[in-house]
Amino acid sequence: MTEAFVAPSRAAAPPSGTFVPATRFAVPGRIAVNGRQASEWQTATLTEIRRETPLASTFRFAARAWAGHLPGQHLMLRLTADDGYTAQRHYSIASAPDDDGHIELTLDHVDGGEVSGWFHTTAEPGDEVEVRGPLSGFFAWPGDRPALLIGAGSGVVPLMSMVRHHRARGLDVPLRLVVSARAPEELIYARELGAETTRVFTRSAPLGVPVGRLGAAHLAPLLAEEPEGGWEAYVCGSNGFAEHASRLLVEAGQPVDRIRIERFG
Amino acid sequence: MNVTRGFTGRPRVADPGLPPGQYDAGDDWPVLSAEVTPDLAPADWTFRVDGLVRAPRTWDWEEAHTLPESAYEGDIHCVTSWSKFGVRFGGVCLDAFLAAVRPEAAATHAVAYSHTGYTTSLPLADLTGGRAWIAWEYDGEPLAAEHGGPARLLVPHLYFWKSAKWIAGLRLLDHDEPGFWEQNGYHARGNPWEEQRYSGD
Repeated sequence: MTEAFVAPSRAAAPPSGTFVPATRFAVPGRIAVNGRQASEWQTATLTEIRRETPLASTFRFAARAWAGHLPGQHLMLRLTADDGYTAQRHYSIASAPDDDGHIELTLDHVDGGEVSGWFHTTAEPGDEVEVRGPLSGFFAWPGDRPALLIGAGSGVVPLMSMVRHHRARGLDVPLRLVVSARAPEELIYARELGAETTRVFTRSAPLGVPVGRLGAAHLAPLLAEEPEGGWEAYVCGSNGFAEHASRLLVEAGQPVDRIRIERFG
Repeated sequence: MNVTRGFTGRPRVADPGLPPGQYDAGDDWPVLSAEVTPDLAPADWTFRVDGLVRAPRTWDWEEAHTLPESAYEGDIHCVTSWSKFGVRFGGVCLDAFLAAVRPEAAATHAVAYSHTGYTTSLPLADLTGGRAWIAWEYDGEPLAAEHGGPARLLVPHLYFWKSAKWIAGLRLLDHDEPGFWEQNGYHARGNPWEEQRYSGD
């Protein structure tokens, strides 16, 4: 894939004549996106299904033509019925970039979802689907800047790609993950989460762990770390969670132009 | 055609209003902004049109509301594949603003920009002829902040990322200058009926 990194806005003078609005927030994309890869459908073969929680499973695919991605990017996936009817959805990529020729998606079983419903009730290893991507450089993390990752529910999926990338490459750049789940049994990737992770449980929690919503107290010690160059914050989840978490970040002093949000929908 | 084993999909409903690859989101109206929702009061909102125009101008909330009211009733289509039918927006037709600034003949494109710094690029022809609005009401109520209130651009015949939330202005240009998503791999025009989602489409 194209790994032509876009320089941070602070450092880059826009090309002369380029219009730049006189406003504070202008988060630049993190990478250039290859238009050809984004527009060509390719076959991905399901090779493995792993149960993560009662509602979510990970689907592993072999995609020989996959050109690679950066953590945080997503793809578009298409299913086709025998009368030609198609259904397509955007899904975040869960796996790290170095998983050669393979990609993993972690999907919630959405009530009445025609695509996630097929995956959770019908799909078996050997089945073929179509994907195109990777898409969008905005939520991508190349592993360069300190990353403060905040997700709820399956919003942890693109953030897990970043955590896995950080570990696989042995990166020194600081990375912290805050993840909110309703209950321990609904926490996706629970066994993989390590010392970098703050867990927040909103309905029920393990003995001795408080139950409650993500709050300023969860973020304060992380923001106080003040890594060199500052945190790049990545927020992913439902719109309600994204609004709440991004407001907490702003109130705690995180610059608006260092917050990237991916909302489900 | 690559048929997916065992996939049947939703019941087929012949719907001439649904562009290719889209599904009906029903009552849902997903919010997909990539930035923090700004805390912007109507009193602090302004809308400017400049660039290749004879009389650049800035309107505040009250001045904009002196222009003739106009409504859009119809459908909207998001590039992430949902469409929403029968929505009702109220505001002012963009032609009313453009008539006041008098675009120069050389103007062919525009960059729409938000109070957050979000940008999106459009052919000027898509903003004229009664097909674009500055909207501040939804379903008869003030437009919610998460949907772009106090006021957003509305260009419902294109994918909805072109309808910039928290609209702050338009700059008219004699060339296409890619905006935020257009620089992130999305299509320059974004016509849902031709499924122009990504730059290679």
